[in-house]
Amino acid sequence: MHNDQVQGSANALGTQAADDMSRDIAFTSKLDHIVAWGRKNSLWPMPYGTACCGIEFMSVMGPKYDLARFGAEVARFSPRQADLLVVAGTITEKMAPVITRIYQQMLEPKYVIAMGACASSGGFYRAYHVLQGVDKVIPVDVYIPGCPPTPEAVMDGIMALQKMIADHTPRPWKDNWKSPYEQA
Amino acid sequence: MNKLENLKQLLAGKFKIENFKFIHAVGDDVLEVPKEDVPNLLMFLKESGQFDFLMDICGADYPTRDKRFDVVYNLFSSKDSSRLRIKAQVGEGESIGTALNAWRGADWFEREAYDMFGIVFDGHPNLRRILTHHQFVGHPLRKDYEADLQQPCTNSLPIHFNNEPGSPGDVLNDKYVPLNIGPAHTAMHGTLRVMAEMDGETIVRCNNEIGYLHRCFEKMAETHPYNQVIPYTDRLNYCSAPMNNIGYCKAVERLLGVEIPPKAQAMRIILAELSRVIDHTIAIGTGAMDLGALTSFFYMFGLREQVYGLFEKLCGARLTVSMTRVGGMAQDAPEGWFDEVLALCKELRRGTDEMAGMVVDNKIFIQRTRGICPVSAQDAIQWGYTGPMLRASGVNLDLRKATPYYGYDQLDFDVPVGTSGDIYDRYLVRFEEMRQSVRIIEQVCKNVPAGDYTIRDKGIVLPEKKDVYGNIEGLMNHFMLVIKGLRPPVGEVYDATEVANGELGFYLVSDGSANPYRLKVRPPCFAIYQSFPTVVKGAMLADAIATVASMNLIAGELDR
Repeated sequence: MHNDQVQGSANALGTQAADDMSRDIAFTSKLDHIVAWGRKNSLWPMPYGTACCGIEFMSVMGPKYDLARFGAEVARFSPRQADLLVVAGTITEKMAPVITRIYQQMLEPKYVIAMGACASSGGFYRAYHVLQGVDKVIPVDVYIPGCPPTPEAVMDGIMALQKMIADHTPRPWKDNWKSPYEQA
Repeated sequence: MNKLENLKQLLAGKFKIENFKFIHAVGDDVLEVPKEDVPNLLMFLKESGQFDFLMDICGADYPTRDKRFDVVYNLFSSKDSSRLRIKAQVGEGESIGTALNAWRGADWFEREAYDMFGIVFDGHPNLRRILTHHQFVGHPLRKDYEADLQQPCTNSLPIHFNNEPGSPGDVLNDKYVPLNIGPAHTAMHGTLRVMAEMDGETIVRCNNEIGYLHRCFEKMAETHPYNQVIPYTDRLNYCSAPMNNIGYCKAVERLLGVEIPPKAQAMRIILAELSRVIDHTIAIGTGAMDLGALTSFFYMFGLREQVYGLFEKLCGARLTVSMTRVGGMAQDAPEGWFDEVLALCKELRRGTDEMAGMVVDNKIFIQRTRGICPVSAQDAIQWGYTGPMLRASGVNLDLRKATPYYGYDQLDFDVPVGTSGDIYDRYLVRFEEMRQSVRIIEQVCKNVPAGDYTIRDKGIVLPEKKDVYGNIEGLMNHFMLVIKGLRPPVGEVYDATEVANGELGFYLVSDGSANPYRLKVRPPCFAIYQSFPTVVKGAMLADAIATVASMNLIAGELDR
């Protein structure tokens, strides 16, 4: 009885008008998509700059290229506060256990970009003390080619990662990852 | 020859000089001595005031020889700018006396020779590995070690200290708090590790570990032809890559006995000085950032990007340019490039002053740096400091003035010198050097010599592309040089240039083949950083961070 009255009064106001109003201020979506949208536009990178690529990554953060336009300007140097590990530079055998530990300390969700030839594959250092790609110890989502990559290439890499996040691209390399230093 | 004769007379009677060999080759004075005489000889040369700097110690491996290793000492005298190379042969399983009693700066150089070759230095208190990791087996720069034989490392060393005489080594003291900083720490530039024992905020004892970016440059140089080594040199001090190219090519050219044309010299000076400016912008910008001043970083990078633009126009690359070749430059500058450099000079001048206003005139910055962790001139020389760090301590030594090359002696510029050797002076010196560099660039740009940008010796330089594709002679010359390679005569040379951080030396040995037989880099910040534990002892932790920043440590050249 009471409900009918409310219904009646709503009808009196006009459903059409209420619908129009809500379309102006709201939209429908899945929760997953909203979360992914938030994540991809607020990546907090931890710049792990060990070598030349580190200097180019500074350029990316700097005034001309300005990574802030992609929502990723908050560089965090603590793995606990970051969700994107940018490996910018050569990783040596000596550094490998360190970066693995840094990766383990990051909280979920977490992503890794290998910036440059050295981080991707060891680059032109086919040498006795250089790890032949950081993916030997941690899972990498995006590889950026170049020695060092231009800032434009780095942005392209970050946009590729954003797309992966938005599309919920499966990441088996990460899901099946186990630390190479832990004995089973 | 004169210096050697003098030396001969001086040493006669004090040493058995009949066992010594006095050689003058490729412009260098060389003294070959039995290994037993080395420590006393070094001590004598220093005490008698003949040579005040020990620039470098390195090893070299000749497996076919009776006594397998050479230990090579490079000395320098700031009085008459002369150099002396002392060589001693050491067999496998033998040892040689340490040079530490004469120069404290011998410390890390000897550790490196031990790490790379397994040469044992008697009396060295802390002869551990320095560049390779602690689980590494063997000595990688020996000729019988495969260049690509990797050895995995599974963990990091716990906090440890140098076993200096009188200190209890790795035993931690319960009274103090052990503190590990880095290598993954903002202030440690990604690759440095500092371990300290803290009494409150004061550093009681400190040690630094390096090698996190040891990319085997010297082994790579031995396995690549001369011109292919140039891209590797880019990645030594990557903040000022062109200067490393120049230093390396200059050493090879001296060994070849060729002089590059005036235009190539002018272009190299311009590239070098532009690099000096942008290297200092990084040193200052990140230095200020380590002290909490973020703004200067953005201003600095604005300047840097403008110089990158010029590099890009010249060769297509921004950071690692590889613009020089043995014998000159890779290509000519594009039309109007020198005018653009001139136009940028105004901008650089304005930017430098603006940054100086923000950094060295800043009250907080002054309080954080003035009078902090000073290094006296005497200590600086002992440690082997060069470049702005040495000049901040009040020693007027700049290789561009002391042993001018490429016509630096024709140019009008000043060498800024500090007084107290504290952190503040180092930044003042760097700022003034930026201004002086701009002065140099302007003078060179205003009258660039006409002519070719490279020599045209077909045994050294590749013919131009149009000749390779256009005529049979060019094609053949190209083919021959690529197949046979550039082959300097048998011999060796030590050549140094003044780069942004100090003296960058290349000790190059050629056996007449297409690859260098041995290429040792004398990186300026290697000598500087070894003094760090001593310099910051007793200082506050925050001052140690400021000290690291002021040393401008570039891991690429520190660890190579």
